[in-house]
Amino acid sequence: MPEQPATDPQVSIDLPDPALKRPTLSHPADPAGLHALMAATPARIGVGRAGPRYTTAAQLLFQADHAMTQDTLLREVAPSLLAELALFSVATQVCGGKQEYLLRPDLGRKLSENAKEEIRARCPQRPAVQLVVGDGLSAAAVEANLRQILPVIRHGVLSAGLSFGVPFFVSHCRVGVMNDIGELLQPDVLILLIGERPGLGRAESLSAYMAWRPQAGDTDAQRDVLCNIFAGGTNPLEAGAYIVQLAQTMRAHQASGVALKLAT
Amino acid sequence: MLLRTRLHGKQYEFPDVRVLMGKANEEKSGDRLAGLAAETAAERAAARFVLAELPLWVLREQPAVPYEQDEVTRVIQDALDPVAYAELKDWSVGQLREWLLADTTTAAQISRAADGLTAEMISAVTKLMSNLDLIYAASKVRVSAHCNNTIGLAGRLSSRNQPNHPTDSLTGIRAELYEGLAYGSGDSVIGINPVDDSYSSVARLLEMTHAVIQQWQIPTQNCVLAHVTTQMKCLAAGAPAGLLFQSLAGSQRGNDSFGISVALLDEAQRLAQRHCFTPGPNYLYFETGQGSELSADAHHGWDQLTLEARCYGLARRYRPFQVNTVVGFIGPEYLYDARQIQRAGLEDHFMGKLSGLPMGVDACYTNHARADQNAIENLAVLLTAAGCNYFMGVPMGDDSMLSYQCTSYHDTAALRQLFGLRPAPEFERWLEDLGLMHAGRLTARAGDPSFFLRR
Repeated sequence: MPEQPATDPQVSIDLPDPALKRPTLSHPADPAGLHALMAATPARIGVGRAGPRYTTAAQLLFQADHAMTQDTLLREVAPSLLAELALFSVATQVCGGKQEYLLRPDLGRKLSENAKEEIRARCPQRPAVQLVVGDGLSAAAVEANLRQILPVIRHGVLSAGLSFGVPFFVSHCRVGVMNDIGELLQPDVLILLIGERPGLGRAESLSAYMAWRPQAGDTDAQRDVLCNIFAGGTNPLEAGAYIVQLAQTMRAHQASGVALKLAT
Repeated sequence: MLLRTRLHGKQYEFPDVRVLMGKANEEKSGDRLAGLAAETAAERAAARFVLAELPLWVLREQPAVPYEQDEVTRVIQDALDPVAYAELKDWSVGQLREWLLADTTTAAQISRAADGLTAEMISAVTKLMSNLDLIYAASKVRVSAHCNNTIGLAGRLSSRNQPNHPTDSLTGIRAELYEGLAYGSGDSVIGINPVDDSYSSVARLLEMTHAVIQQWQIPTQNCVLAHVTTQMKCLAAGAPAGLLFQSLAGSQRGNDSFGISVALLDEAQRLAQRHCFTPGPNYLYFETGQGSELSADAHHGWDQLTLEARCYGLARRYRPFQVNTVVGFIGPEYLYDARQIQRAGLEDHFMGKLSGLPMGVDACYTNHARADQNAIENLAVLLTAAGCNYFMGVPMGDDSMLSYQCTSYHDTAALRQLFGLRPAPEFERWLEDLGLMHAGRLTARAGDPSFFLRR
């Protein structure tokens, strides 16, 4: 053992965020052309190679994006956000955490008895529009969009002279939970905002599922969906306005899903 | 029927073949969801002891769905070769396993025996095979097919170039296609999953990919994986398609939910033979995947492995150019983690080969499954050792439209160089002529999509 600690090697590593899209392929035949190709798609092209494998930078960026997605999946929606937006929270019949949620889609489609009681106690029956928020497969999607989209929908519905039910949050929820909520509160239009299955490095997409008077036995054929709601896709403000418009169309035709398509 | 064994001093009894088949499976979250999985590991082992003694004729007489009720059953039973069947009907499932693995059993003998096997028999023997059994037995069998080039020859590994784009942008798809070609991907097919399933949008993608094929004289086939009826409309209207695609299920009810029937697929095949720009004779491309019947409530109380085997029995009718399971796409409620996805990938590949199909595999996972890229790379190595015909090629394995991860352009290139395999022969010559490949290895100019901007 040396008596003195080893001298600090003259290495300084201080990296910028690597997420910026630039080619890791060296010596392209047509550098300007390569930039144009890469600009045409979000896919990971122009990445180059080390033998038949990826360049180090491209591989690490892929792994970083996967890591971000994995961390999101295991996370619950921050209670502070729900408090800030005055949403009370209920649960489905999933009681074994995220793992049970993933394995038992049937339980995620049903409200627990406690949830039913609480909803009955806190929400008025038969509103024109009832809004519900669910975590689905991405807490990040709820967190990224809810602050913007919720007030737009509330304001839009009230401005149209319609009653807006007391909104709430359902944890570990699947789209099919709409049927239970429909039976319980009997709204004309039910809107469920729910986090989508994350893509690689893209966990912020929210979907809005909507149905006219949902009831037991309804399927996706009775529902309409607006997906890809996030700042880089369908902007949450625009999405909110569209959702209000669609709710009015559903009321006008007393239908949703395939039946609404046939009616309009 | 008595189906019973003692194991470690405990008695296990199974009421019927259906229950026995479910409990003999390697663990899958989908079988558990369906209430078919063994309750304990010991019960699973016991089920396998009993299954190993079951004569094959019993499985023929007890198909998952009765002959009268289900056209998939009818397709499989009607196609059975009575001579081949007579030779093996009295074997037990355990005997079939040992025969497949025996050093004296040749590829030709296996192909002949396959004419006498039903899907339920193929599923049963698969349950008795370990992973290495599946790899070893599958590696004996090569199934080759021809469309515009030849897939599945010994010493070859092909790649589907899958340049999907979140808005079907032609320039975006072309950019990804060039990246893939620059890595030697595209000999199985240039195949796009469209966002927009409408006739005009699908026709536009067929035109564009065909134009690239013409411009660069690529010995391959194109395909847009819309619903088969949309592709048929495109073909009838003169759009240039090389292959026709459809997803299959293993029961008539499952195929109802996909909007297809045997009559419709028969018509699609006739149309392809008449109108595809490629010489054939193999014109169809099918995808399958364990769990799709359960998710459509069309599994008739049977396990997902058996339903998958029935997809292959149906696919066989059409002498397709290529078939692949999309193992892992369906999600963790059917295949929970890397281990289950890996097992299912090896099972599906083996069952497809034993059904006489030119099998590829989409080795993939969704972000909510407990899997990662390492798991998929492992599976691709195992499948290459098993003699898999092709894998998917997606930019770095990250599909920007389907939001799932699978194998990449790089992966097939690496697997070829690792195992000493070459692309399809016509495609290899094309790569050599362009200077992108030499003696089976990528050249210095390979991997650069801007190479394809010069014409």
